[in-house]
Amino acid sequence: MMDVAKRRQLSRIKTLLSVIFLLLLLWGSGYRTQVSFQDLFSGIPNIFSALADMLPPDWGYFDYVTGPMLETIRIAILGTTFGGILSIPIILLSSRNVTRSPFLFYPARFILNLIRTIPELLLAALFVPIFGIGPVAGICAITVFSLGIIAKLAYEAVEAIDPGPLEAMTAVGANKIQWVFFGVVPQVAAHFMSYFLYAFEINVRAAVILGYVGAGGIGIILNNMLASFQYNRVITIILYTLIVVAVIEFISNKIREKLL
Amino acid sequence: MRTETVNKKALLPKDVRKRLIWRRLKIGVIAAVVILIYAWAFRGFVKDFKINPNAGQSIKAIFNGIIHPDWDYIVEPGGEDLLHALIDTLAIAVLGTFISAVLCIPFAFWAARNMSRRRWISGTGKFVLSAIRVFPELIMAILFIAAVGLGPFAGILALGFHSVGMLGKLFGESIENMDLSPREALIASGANRLQTLWFAIVPQVLPEFMSYTLYRFEVSVRAATILGIVGAGGIGAPLIFALQGHTWDRVGIILIGIIVMVTIIDYISGAIRKRLV
Repeated sequence: MMDVAKRRQLSRIKTLLSVIFLLLLLWGSGYRTQVSFQDLFSGIPNIFSALADMLPPDWGYFDYVTGPMLETIRIAILGTTFGGILSIPIILLSSRNVTRSPFLFYPARFILNLIRTIPELLLAALFVPIFGIGPVAGICAITVFSLGIIAKLAYEAVEAIDPGPLEAMTAVGANKIQWVFFGVVPQVAAHFMSYFLYAFEINVRAAVILGYVGAGGIGIILNNMLASFQYNRVITIILYTLIVVAVIEFISNKIREKLL
Repeated sequence: MRTETVNKKALLPKDVRKRLIWRRLKIGVIAAVVILIYAWAFRGFVKDFKINPNAGQSIKAIFNGIIHPDWDYIVEPGGEDLLHALIDTLAIAVLGTFISAVLCIPFAFWAARNMSRRRWISGTGKFVLSAIRVFPELIMAILFIAAVGLGPFAGILALGFHSVGMLGKLFGESIENMDLSPREALIASGANRLQTLWFAIVPQVLPEFMSYTLYRFEVSVRAATILGIVGAGGIGAPLIFALQGHTWDRVGIILIGIIVMVTIIDYISGAIRKRLV
């Protein structure tokens, strides 16, 4: 009886401490960033006037931005494809049940985590001086970015596969390539495709803003329109993006449902 | 040999044969579509492909800068240094996540299928959430800069509103997956709406809510690192200045700072999430 009461008291203290910590964190953050709700309330009219400038959307602009929009989609397609291809060796290296040696899978995972921490806009900004202003830098940035996403998700799928076929392959004397090709690939191919499509959805959205640093796509125009306060064109671009992303997500979701 | 295979096919029932043909046709069409998409994508790629004439020099300069980062920038007497910028970034992510965690709760209940009797209610809720998700953070940041001026507060509001899209969706799904029997039991014993909410729904979904919020915090930390590019506070502003000025040693130290910060946050948040669920 005593034990239960004590434990309950302890857990109550723990909850209380967590709440205090959270409140301190929030207060400190607010203090550091000088949050002022007065600014927000006095600024709300500005938001509405910006929103009012957006209406009505410049419908004629749709035609003009179709080219850059297709370029954005192309950046996402090629970047995701290259990233998907490059991720295959990293997936195999990071999987405990394929590589077997901790000297291989820990470094591979470390590199993977490192890649995933770098924001894609920063990657794009690093590729622009190499490939010049244009979509190639964007493709390279998306390649590295999707490599991180796909590899992270897929290696976890590889580690969860059924070991039976693998043991059977070993028992009949398959070499490592045959072992991977006939034992691992059939079990994870559907997962891999699903993650590939998921990464593609994220990448379409990411590719929209890459133009900010000159890495091609619709972002360059978006940036120019924002800088010159042509908000009715900004909203056209945003609506266009919304439609494209919604269509791509719908198709990709349908395919993924069929895959898994 | 040939007659034999033909005979074998003829032996199959008609509907099976038909299905086989359909299946082959479908695979053929899918393959054709995929090939066409890639042909289009690659044609553009080949046309665009060019390497800067002085790419070699740029690569060397970038690598040199990243290998020899500007260590002095970590702490500088004026306070305009890496450490302060990183703390600002974290503060933006903390407050942004907090705002979105609060804001998304009504949206989550709106979008959850089992919380409303009519289908169209949850349907519109889901649509609103996905519309919020498509609005990129950077655009939201620009809108909020118009309202509250340059600075971290615009970034906080941008993150707060953008994250509602994803958090609302995840929260809504966890409400949908909830066990409804405790709620029914409470209603049967005469509890009012607030009591059922507090004693039947909140205890069930709270751990998942917290876990998703932490997950979103990890995403927000990454997003907060680039908000400064449009002037919404955090590490993004010094980053974009260093990139534009080609001071690669500065870029190098900021890159290291971001990697270290994100890794530590991911580690802590992952450890807490493991205990929660």
